[in-house]
Amino acid sequence: MKITVFFSEYNGGETVSENVIYSINGPVVKVKNSKDFMMQEMVYVGNKRLIGEIISISSKFTTIQVYESTTGLKVGEPVESTHNPISVTLGPGIISNIFDGIQRPLKFLENLTGAFIGDGLNVSSIDDTKKWAVTVDVKCGDILKAGDIYARCPETPVIEHRMIVPPSMSGTVVWVAPNGEYTINECIVKIKDENGKEHNLTLCHKWPIRNARPIKERMPITRPLITGQRVIDTLFPIAKGGTAAIPGGFGTGKTMTQHQLAKWCDADIIVYIGCGERGNEMTQVLEEFSELIDPKTNRPLTDRTVLIANTSNMPVAAREASIYTGITLAEYYRDMGYHVAMMADSTSRWAEALREISGRLEEMPAEEGYPAYLPSRLSEFYERAGYTKTLNDREGSISIIGAVSPQGSDFSEPVTENTKRFVRCFWALDKSLAYARHYPAINWTNSYSEYIDDLRSWYKENVDTKFILKRQQIVNILHEEEKLMEIVKLIGSDVLPDDQKLVIEISRVIRVGFLQQNAFHSDDTYVSLEKQYKMMDLILFLYEKATKLISMDVPIAEVMQTGVFEKVVKVKYSIPNDKLEMFDEYKTDIELELAKVHIPKQKEKEI
Amino acid sequence: MSVQFVGLKEINGPIVVLDKVSDVSFEEMVELELEDGTKRDGRVVMLEGDKAVIQVFEGTRGLSLTNTRTSVTGHPMELSLSKEILGRVMNGSGKPIDGLGEIFAETSADINGKPINPVSRTYPRNYIRTGISSIDALMTLIRGQKLPIFSGSGMSHNKLAVQLVRQSKITSDDQNETDEKFCVVFGAMGVKNDVADYFKKSFEESGVLKNVAMFLNLSNDPIIERILTPRCALTAAEYLAFECGMHVLVILTDMTSYSEALREFSSSKGEIPGRKGFPGYLYSDLASLYERAGIINGKKGSVTQIPILTMPNDDITHPVPDLTGYITEGQIVLDRNLDVTGTYPPVSILPSLSRLMKDGIGEKYTRDDHSALANQLFAAYARVQDARSLASVIGEDELSPIDKKFLQFGKSFEKYFINQKFDEERTIEQTLNLGWDLLGLLPVEELDRLDDKLIEKYLKPENAKKYKV
Repeated sequence: MKITVFFSEYNGGETVSENVIYSINGPVVKVKNSKDFMMQEMVYVGNKRLIGEIISISSKFTTIQVYESTTGLKVGEPVESTHNPISVTLGPGIISNIFDGIQRPLKFLENLTGAFIGDGLNVSSIDDTKKWAVTVDVKCGDILKAGDIYARCPETPVIEHRMIVPPSMSGTVVWVAPNGEYTINECIVKIKDENGKEHNLTLCHKWPIRNARPIKERMPITRPLITGQRVIDTLFPIAKGGTAAIPGGFGTGKTMTQHQLAKWCDADIIVYIGCGERGNEMTQVLEEFSELIDPKTNRPLTDRTVLIANTSNMPVAAREASIYTGITLAEYYRDMGYHVAMMADSTSRWAEALREISGRLEEMPAEEGYPAYLPSRLSEFYERAGYTKTLNDREGSISIIGAVSPQGSDFSEPVTENTKRFVRCFWALDKSLAYARHYPAINWTNSYSEYIDDLRSWYKENVDTKFILKRQQIVNILHEEEKLMEIVKLIGSDVLPDDQKLVIEISRVIRVGFLQQNAFHSDDTYVSLEKQYKMMDLILFLYEKATKLISMDVPIAEVMQTGVFEKVVKVKYSIPNDKLEMFDEYKTDIELELAKVHIPKQKEKEI
Repeated sequence: MSVQFVGLKEINGPIVVLDKVSDVSFEEMVELELEDGTKRDGRVVMLEGDKAVIQVFEGTRGLSLTNTRTSVTGHPMELSLSKEILGRVMNGSGKPIDGLGEIFAETSADINGKPINPVSRTYPRNYIRTGISSIDALMTLIRGQKLPIFSGSGMSHNKLAVQLVRQSKITSDDQNETDEKFCVVFGAMGVKNDVADYFKKSFEESGVLKNVAMFLNLSNDPIIERILTPRCALTAAEYLAFECGMHVLVILTDMTSYSEALREFSSSKGEIPGRKGFPGYLYSDLASLYERAGIINGKKGSVTQIPILTMPNDDITHPVPDLTGYITEGQIVLDRNLDVTGTYPPVSILPSLSRLMKDGIGEKYTRDDHSALANQLFAAYARVQDARSLASVIGEDELSPIDKKFLQFGKSFEKYFINQKFDEERTIEQTLNLGWDLLGLLPVEELDRLDDKLIEKYLKPENAKKYKV
């Protein structure tokens, strides 16, 4: 079908390709009267061949969102169909790489256009010249079904890449290549499907980013994602395969918390998405992660990290895609049987990209200008997390930790509200804690984790039988302090009876000595669960002993003077992570110090 | 000359619609010629079939549907650049208005710029010394950073901006001033005539004008030009930094006027408004400006930004400061109460923050104690606020002795540390020592953010006496 009649007048009779641009408005481009496109298909727009995606089709207009800057496009330039949905390339070479929102390798773009990103750069997502040392695991006659692993290669010194039969394919192996060095596009296995058609399996395959990769079944959540951050692991733990949101106004430390989790959590692979955030931050991640050594593997953290950087000034449509690109990469590694943790910083920027494009499409807005489909998109995204059995019967998981940047620090805005409905772990960052430089500024009254019950038995078996019990005691003390502080704010702390003053003092120990954690201190930046438990235990031990003294009418001032409270506060620094036996010495010290306190006479008699 | 189109189809605010056009590209520059021979510039903002929507920079007054001829230039808006722009005053779209003639262009660049590839960035590390204690010690400005000033109408942000321009210095690793070139690009959007004159005069008087390129869009200038002003200023800054190897400080004032211009323009285009009527793409638009700060691998220069914005009704949750805070690397917040009590600069310590500070201070750059000291000052000052709010309920006399000490510290801190003269320039050494001396007003056991070694080395309680208020 031709629509050239309209334009041919202006093009002086020049032949025009079938589908041409009709209108341009920011990143949204329309084509008139075309029936050649399908939804979510990738297209090349204009003479510069900018990458775009079809987002709506009507009998009159086909609407395209363009992932690059549309400056300089003209009405009448061609739009070329690719007949494929927008996809990512999955194969070795993803780990340690840094991509933009549509999986273009940024280092490669730098070689092409220098420090500033140019337009219309269609490059291979992963290096297609590098050779990988491949071991083929199948032989002729083997039957391969979707999701099976047919070959392996070391991708980085710590990650073994397992080649997976694309979920849409299956058949009998008819040819295999010998073990050796191959590039990603070389065929190493040929299979013949039921219909007798032959398929070549290379080291890579493509997968559309908006479709979740299939799994065999979801498994119950039983294991925590250990982060080494006390307020998270102890108070509000997240499970492997779980979802968490970190909402907080600017300057409350969302990014810092995300960085800490990316550095220390015990996932095999980290997918870090900088979605509409600062350029300098991504540079920092790049620099820091290549210098930091993972204690478990003794290799730089980059060996297990994939970065996706779509900074706030990069095209807004690619920002929308970056989240899906990231989760698809995560799913691919999950299918190999890895535990993947995905950090998205920030999902609000992604929601804003949705809003921006929705506005350009003149859709009817719902709350605060966000499109009505915001909740369904959010839930679609978070539901791609989970602890699963893969098609090849391995266990893998994806945990999603999404930062939320509420407008005006107001947690009742649509993105925070809707996110809350779809995550099970909520780490609310608090401005007043951040102002007092209490980091991580996770507020212990507004935050919650629904995973406590799921993880109870794991903590019992692997850390200590009393872990959950002690955690609850700590929570109770903090809760009581919260109530007391209301009184203190009104009338000062002098009027409180000593036992309540003790609650306030011990809460200070918990807040400063336990919840506050110094990301820049070599010991304190990551704390094992065992040390976390011992610290809790020590604090509660002190509380118990001090309560006893107070109940014997010892004035609290005297208890405080022994200096044991200060000593416990500093435990996080003074007991190194590898000398946990020192906790027992501390307990003896506390007992000795407190024994020196003078106990008023009349009570002594009673005893 | 290429094709000319006669007449217009529609005029609406700063926007005109042209009919039956062809071969026009998106965001291309056009020139409108009136019957009397005067010319206006415009830019294509939307294309639909044979219609082109054009924004006219100088406004549409006097345009009719028949009296104009429009010609397209074939390229997006470009700015003529050369080193000569230093010392010159230009209008919002980059044309000289100081009567010193045209600028001879060495090169020209698209004012929209292109995003810097994150892998080509160098993480900013070294600091810029402003000579202002509160900023240098507690929210240190780092080269390549974007650090906005959140102010309110009537507060002394202009004075502070002038002081920053005058005093800011680049130091080398050994803290001496270097021979590296430092210059300032000043972009004013919608400022009052008096304010613009104040800036010009202050720069002239202090002799820094030869190192300043000024882009002025006054509050009665057309709003479309206001949308271009920061882009012109940043294009000039990128040129000076990455082509000429200079360290450039860009001051943009006032970003609220800029955003309001964007809102006005957006509503005349008939777009769906977001929060408070601002367009939904305000975040992306602001980011496309702020993100043009940074350092590029292998290039000598740097672009550092200090955007200034006035918070309507001093409301930090207003969309403009809110979105700005999410993009920039920290913020300097000015406080109305301090301003009223005559403290200058009225920097509100607690909500202010510099995100890049942690990597640009310390032994190699400022002094080994800097970060611990800054932490302690923050913590102590946070305690002062608690004591104050308690005092306002139960009265100062009822406070515990320790809280009283904190009140005392708070007063001295505001009077001697935050407060500083307009022409007073303190070295880092002076600033940090002053901080230590003030901490001497507090009992040592309250200084829980400092380790004993530092306390021994720097804390001299005997110096604290002279700072008692």
